[in-house]
Amino acid sequence: MAKITLHDLGHSYVANPKADADWALKPLDLDFADGGAYALLGPSGCGKTTLLNLISGLLTPSKGRIHFNDLDVTHKSPEDRNIAQVFQFPVIYDTMTVYNNLAFPLRNRGVAEATIDARVQEVASMLDLKPTLMKRASGLTADGKQKISLGRGLVRSDVNVIMFDEPLTVIDPHLKWELRYKLKELHQRTKRTMIYVTHDQTEALTFADQVVVMNDGQIVQIGTPVDLFERPRHTFVGHFIGSPGMNLLPCEVKDGKAVFAGGIVETANAAAYKGGAKSVQIGVRPEFVTFGANGVQVQVMKVADAGRFRIVTARAGEHHIKLLVPEGATVPTGNGHLQFDADRTRVYADGWLVGAEGAAS
Amino acid sequence: MRLKSLVPAIYILFLLLPIYWLVNMSFKTTNEILGSFTLWPRTFTFENYVKIFTDPTWYNGYLNSLKYVIANTILSVSVALPAAYAFSRYRFIGDKHLFFWLLSNRMAPAAVFALPFFQLYSAVGLFDTPWAVALAHTLFNVPLAVWILEGFMSGVPKELDETAYVDGYSFPGFFFKIFVPTIAAGIGVACFFCFMFSWVELLLAKTLTSVAAKPIAATMTKTASSSGYELGLLAAAGTLTIIPGAFVIYFVRNYIAKGFALGRV
Amino acid sequence: MKKTVNQKAWFFVLPVFLLVAFNAIIPLMTVVNFAFQETFGDNVFTWSGTLWFEQVLHSPRFHEALWRQIIFTSIILIIEIPLGLAIALAMPKKGPWVSVCLVLMALPLLIPWNVVGAMWNIFALPDIGLLGRTINGLGIDYNYTRQPGSAWFTMVLMDVWHWTSLVVLLCYAGLVSIPDAYYQAAKVDGAGRWAVFRYIQLPKLKHVLTIAILLRFMDSFMIYTEAVVLTGGGPGNSTTFLSIDLVKMALGQFDLGPAAAMSIIYFLIILFLSWLFYTLMMRNEEN
Repeated sequence: MAKITLHDLGHSYVANPKADADWALKPLDLDFADGGAYALLGPSGCGKTTLLNLISGLLTPSKGRIHFNDLDVTHKSPEDRNIAQVFQFPVIYDTMTVYNNLAFPLRNRGVAEATIDARVQEVASMLDLKPTLMKRASGLTADGKQKISLGRGLVRSDVNVIMFDEPLTVIDPHLKWELRYKLKELHQRTKRTMIYVTHDQTEALTFADQVVVMNDGQIVQIGTPVDLFERPRHTFVGHFIGSPGMNLLPCEVKDGKAVFAGGIVETANAAAYKGGAKSVQIGVRPEFVTFGANGVQVQVMKVADAGRFRIVTARAGEHHIKLLVPEGATVPTGNGHLQFDADRTRVYADGWLVGAEGAAS
Repeated sequence: MRLKSLVPAIYILFLLLPIYWLVNMSFKTTNEILGSFTLWPRTFTFENYVKIFTDPTWYNGYLNSLKYVIANTILSVSVALPAAYAFSRYRFIGDKHLFFWLLSNRMAPAAVFALPFFQLYSAVGLFDTPWAVALAHTLFNVPLAVWILEGFMSGVPKELDETAYVDGYSFPGFFFKIFVPTIAAGIGVACFFCFMFSWVELLLAKTLTSVAAKPIAATMTKTASSSGYELGLLAAAGTLTIIPGAFVIYFVRNYIAKGFALGRV
Repeated sequence: MKKTVNQKAWFFVLPVFLLVAFNAIIPLMTVVNFAFQETFGDNVFTWSGTLWFEQVLHSPRFHEALWRQIIFTSIILIIEIPLGLAIALAMPKKGPWVSVCLVLMALPLLIPWNVVGAMWNIFALPDIGLLGRTINGLGIDYNYTRQPGSAWFTMVLMDVWHWTSLVVLLCYAGLVSIPDAYYQAAKVDGAGRWAVFRYIQLPKLKHVLTIAILLRFMDSFMIYTEAVVLTGGGPGNSTTFLSIDLVKMALGQFDLGPAAAMSIIYFLIILFLSWLFYTLMMRNEEN
């Protein structure tokens, strides 16, 4: 178990990086607390896999240092860092039985057979692999194989951190939730530090205590799932998280109030805006927009049924606004008025949240 | 790390030695070859190559070989394309048996067919023409081409076909405008292997020809036996036969790995 | 892929079927004809039953050729498969040298077989060949035109030179298709070089190795042109392998009956091996 500290860590796949774009991961500082469950969330190419491989030692950083507790591991190989990694597709040793797969890391380290047996049995029961222990690993289904991959990480008691690189990619959809649940359960039981990389917000938000949202090689926001949902610090987070994502509407700020489509919209932080930004926007999640007697004038364009609620797309001028209307409530046809929940409507300047929480991280 | 890269280097050196010796001899006079032993021609001469390029008996040999190799490659790949498509997309009576039977021909020893082919092609009047060899070689090349193409085609999902039909393509339209470009790499690999096997195979090529369509291989043997050992000439002729092969590999060098990767050689 | 049942597919397959049938069935019928009949000239044939087959199967000449063939093929496999694999393992996976290496290695495969034979014929000559001179210069008495041992040595060396690259290319293709993640996982698991080879590389190469082994087995069992040009089957008949013996009988002596019988026996041996090949491959793919 270890606390992981990243200091000014950056990586470029190019020999002599000059421009910003040359850096796959722009230099950053980040701490992972001992025993925490973290998710690195972001779209493809945002640098999350690079960051993961830097932590696990499969990549050596172009710049910066990594510490496990007080030990500088920046130039240490993966086996010296005592990490475990589960990959996108199951990586197992086909010719061995499930038992031998699980025992492999311990045998390589010269652990006594009796201890190996005890550990393997323990991990197998944790992962519901006991019935298949003596079967050939290649005969298992994809989720079984991923469990073996995971198991190889769990058998070792000296593992500092377990990393997951989009591990549910090849799992059948109806089994995904089962594995997600199992992972969460394992974390609570073993209290190991776990870092989970994914582009799927559901996986990230359900697994992690802390989510690190990344985009374009940078960290955009770190917070609990609730934080990210309710107080996104960047429009990217607002847009990426939630389905559908946050509404972003261009506005102006006059006399401390946000003005949109000719009318004043009450927000939580318009007063804090100091001016000088190239683009100013109002951000509000569809969950916090409702039809009312007065407010922004809109025309209802489309109503999509999503089960327990409906997603309504409305138009104000050339701007589209999405809102969620619960089952049973009426949706006006043609024209209507929208009200934004003032506490949850915020102003963003050049993408960043305006106000006490500040701009850049 | 250093030691490891020495292994392929030594191996390639081993491969190049006999070739170097052949090229070395091709630039020597036969007298020098027989009279002395030198690592580099004492009197560097082009006379062997000049003889080959100016004497019809010689250069016709190359042309004849190229004729049947190209004819065979085009023929084999063309008939293999629809067949491979059928094997990849459809199930029909006898499909597995047919496939196996085709493959078994690739495994047939040419020696078994030498005499029967001689009689067959004489009977149909194709003896001593490039067509005889081109057709005879299809025995091995067509199954190979079908096998390679089927492998590549199976990698293309059927959904592509179905989308094309939904979009209104007729079958020929879909096949030539959409499907063939998709498996272009596969066609390249199939052509490469057909060319390779046809260019190098010589028992049948010699058996089925005598004068008019004589391939370069037969011309080379004549040199060795009739007028004594004209080694310089022989070496030059041999060196020239390496060139088409080198040419072809160069062109398909990017696909070599892919073709072998299918494991369908 | 789910294949749909469609009997009209036979039209697609017809050209191939006709072409191959023309080349395979008609000649084979000729062979069968000759194998079961006897002629004393003037196109008069009489049924001879299993006469030729018995003659061939009991002839010492056939046994010797078969035995030589088996030994030759075994030596070839024992050398070429491990060697090819070792070279493939030593090759770089990425980088500018890869295509250079592949092109150079593929060169021997594209040289006409008679040129291969002729090249080695001269290369190994004791007086004017680089190899022959060098070996004799080292003090070893080497003359492949007179000594059966030297002839075998040269034959094997030539085949290794000619065909090992096929094994290398196949194994190399198999190796580069192993995803990096396997090597990474092995690193994380603390596996050493040997363990990586034994538990990751070798299992993943099983398909490719099967093909390499069977192709080399079959092709070396059918060897003809390069062997004939190198030694002509000699000195004496010390390097007369099955194909060489068959052609001598068929085209040289025009011993149609025995040649035909031998052809059938020869073909059956190979056919049995094709069946083995096909079954093993299909079973591999089902796994």
